[in-house]
Amino acid sequence: MTMFWTIWISVITLGSIIGCYFILRWCLRNNAGVPEGESMGHEFDGIEELNNPLPKWWTYLFYICIVWSFFYLALFPGLGEFGNLLGWKSSNQNIQSLEESRQMSQEAKATGALVKYDREMKFAEEKYSPIFEAYAKIPVEELAKDPDALKVGQRLFAQNCSQCHGSDARGQNGGFPNLTDDDWLYGGTGEKIKETLLNGRKAAMPAWIDAMGEQGIKETVAYVLSLSGRDTDLTLRKAGKARFAACAACHGQDGKGNQLLGAPDLTDNIWLYGGSERAVTETLTHGRNGVMPAFKDTLGEHKIHVVASYVYSLSN
Amino acid sequence: MSEISQAQPNYNYKVVRQFTIMTIVWGIVGMGIGVFIAAQLFAPVLNFDTPWLTFSRLRPLHTNAVIFAFGGCALFATSYYIVQRTCQVRLFSDKLAAFTFWGWQAVIVAAICTLPFGMTSSKEYAELEWPIDILIGLVWLAYVINFFGTLIIRKVSHIYVANWFLGAFMLTVLVLHIGNSMAIPVSFTKSYSLYAGAVDAMMQWWYGHNAVGFFLTAGFLGMMYYFVPKQAGRPVYSYRLSIVHFWALISLYIWAGPHHLHYTALPDWTQSLGMVMSIILFVPSWGGMINGIMTLSGAWHKLRTDPVLRFLIVSLSFYGMSTFEGPMMAIKTVNALSHYTDWTIGHVHSGALGWVAMISIGSVYHLIPILFGQPGMYSTRLVNVHFWLATIGVVLYIVAMWMSGVLQGLMWRAVNADGTLTYSFVESLEASIPFYIVRFIGGCFVVTGMLVMAYNTYKTVRAPKGTLAPDPATQAA
Repeated sequence: MTMFWTIWISVITLGSIIGCYFILRWCLRNNAGVPEGESMGHEFDGIEELNNPLPKWWTYLFYICIVWSFFYLALFPGLGEFGNLLGWKSSNQNIQSLEESRQMSQEAKATGALVKYDREMKFAEEKYSPIFEAYAKIPVEELAKDPDALKVGQRLFAQNCSQCHGSDARGQNGGFPNLTDDDWLYGGTGEKIKETLLNGRKAAMPAWIDAMGEQGIKETVAYVLSLSGRDTDLTLRKAGKARFAACAACHGQDGKGNQLLGAPDLTDNIWLYGGSERAVTETLTHGRNGVMPAFKDTLGEHKIHVVASYVYSLSN
Repeated sequence: MSEISQAQPNYNYKVVRQFTIMTIVWGIVGMGIGVFIAAQLFAPVLNFDTPWLTFSRLRPLHTNAVIFAFGGCALFATSYYIVQRTCQVRLFSDKLAAFTFWGWQAVIVAAICTLPFGMTSSKEYAELEWPIDILIGLVWLAYVINFFGTLIIRKVSHIYVANWFLGAFMLTVLVLHIGNSMAIPVSFTKSYSLYAGAVDAMMQWWYGHNAVGFFLTAGFLGMMYYFVPKQAGRPVYSYRLSIVHFWALISLYIWAGPHHLHYTALPDWTQSLGMVMSIILFVPSWGGMINGIMTLSGAWHKLRTDPVLRFLIVSLSFYGMSTFEGPMMAIKTVNALSHYTDWTIGHVHSGALGWVAMISIGSVYHLIPILFGQPGMYSTRLVNVHFWLATIGVVLYIVAMWMSGVLQGLMWRAVNADGTLTYSFVESLEASIPFYIVRFIGGCFVVTGMLVMAYNTYKTVRAPKGTLAPDPATQAA
């Protein structure tokens, strides 16, 4: 903020408050020319006004508020860049990038600056991080047997994961996998789950309408549905089998998927975007782009370790 | 009351009558929608899977209907009445008055035709799209010209305190409306705000809080300064107090907006400054309440018999309560608990139902017999029934929202020994459901009261002129 704006703000702020003070002082005196308690002598549609003095307690309240406001504006921010003798901030100000934010946050924590957010975070880190550090030393699969750790993991899950995967972790249609069925897109070992949580995942099922045409899609859908035991038109299915070579690159010759690529198993009758003919047609025609966000920055590695144990425990 | 002017000038009561009747109509509509969406909060099935019946579409319609349709019509009616009576002169222009009436009704109908269909600028209390905004601007300009024109041609030497407040309310609302509604249209029904990011948020709440401060407070204080002394038959308590609290109120209110944006991306100095001004504001706000209530000195006994006066005085009590609560909620530490919870909703309604609606209802009950040539309302008993329905309804509403709000705030901040949050959001929502039901019941009381008022008004208006028995309470005055 430039000095001009700081001065501008200070002048109109203090001007307003001091203005209130002067008008209060002025009205404490009897300037009306009539004795106190008497009518002012105007009359409006039958309404008169009395020249009563200001209530004393109310006047003192006004003084107290005015005096307090000066102290507050001196100690805390308020007058642009002026005041704020305490150096208090709710969070670091005038940040232009995430990098800058991290850097300022670290500096504030190191110097003990009066940045409320950073102070609270530091306090929380000191108080809670030993708990999570201890958990982090135990492998995910082991930790999944510790009921206390699972409770912590469940709470973290409820606050960070349930929005998409549901509070019972059974997922929902539209690309949010069920986490309780031991069917894994990217692998279900402790380390793999952790990897998914830390860095996120980006799935890309391409759109096939241009390459296959409508008839081609129809045939492929018939074949894909038959992989999980659905009865489909024989001719379509046969033609689709020939076309499946293009799909096999990711989903495998047998359609059992590939966890390295996150390509789903097409034979287990578990569907991310619905298993109806219509839904599968939609998937093939337009493709799908599933995104699991990375939680490294939000939760940190130690908390993710505990969440991973909880998720692991759901199907083991 | 020695020298009530000789012959009353030929006042324009037509526009006052029109706005008064529409106050009641829009009150029922706006509060009715409020009760309906309150029910949706514990029974979501009531949106019938219809987009334009959902909470998100009807909530802005509710706020627009109660603030601008109900509150707006009440302000138009009373300000046109007050400015004529206290200036002893007919309105500056009958044509402009008619334009404001029909223009304002057009704005409300346009709101009903757009908001439920998702046409919105998405700015709270300023959701209407740009063509309607332009109409509002024009109507408001006509209103300002007509009001100040009348002040200029007044037949009395001083300007009465009610008119200071009404004038400040009108001018400021004009500035606020134009400032906040600046937008770039992309089609006839869609526009984007001229401001971006934190600046847009600040503009929005500069407007938003002064919709409360000037529209819902200064305007209604103008109403209070006429109808309380008139109904009580007593002089205003202190002219000097009215000077201090007027100037302090209007110079401090305009700063209070940032308290809606505590702990957000708004710069710290803006947040603190908004808080400081909000807290000092408590004192001039109470100045108005003291001046209103003390005007009753020597006439307290009238409260026993006059339910209209009861409406006016109870409204002042709610005003005092919510103007204490507001500054308290503006304190950052308190705000950290109260913000985003139902406490805010409770606070707004103790102001909107307790203060704004009750002072309007009291004023309308004062006006209707005068406007329709009757010595009193058709039934004073029904006015009393309305008073109790409104009071019980408001108290149920506020108490339910306080409890729900504090509960939510505490649940959201509760942490376990490991630093994780104790409750998920949906658990706090579940815990709020009993309070949502109580709030709904409170709302039903309030709307029932409005229906009683409509019936009473209908009977008063339809009765042949001067046939209703004089009201014993006002006779005694």
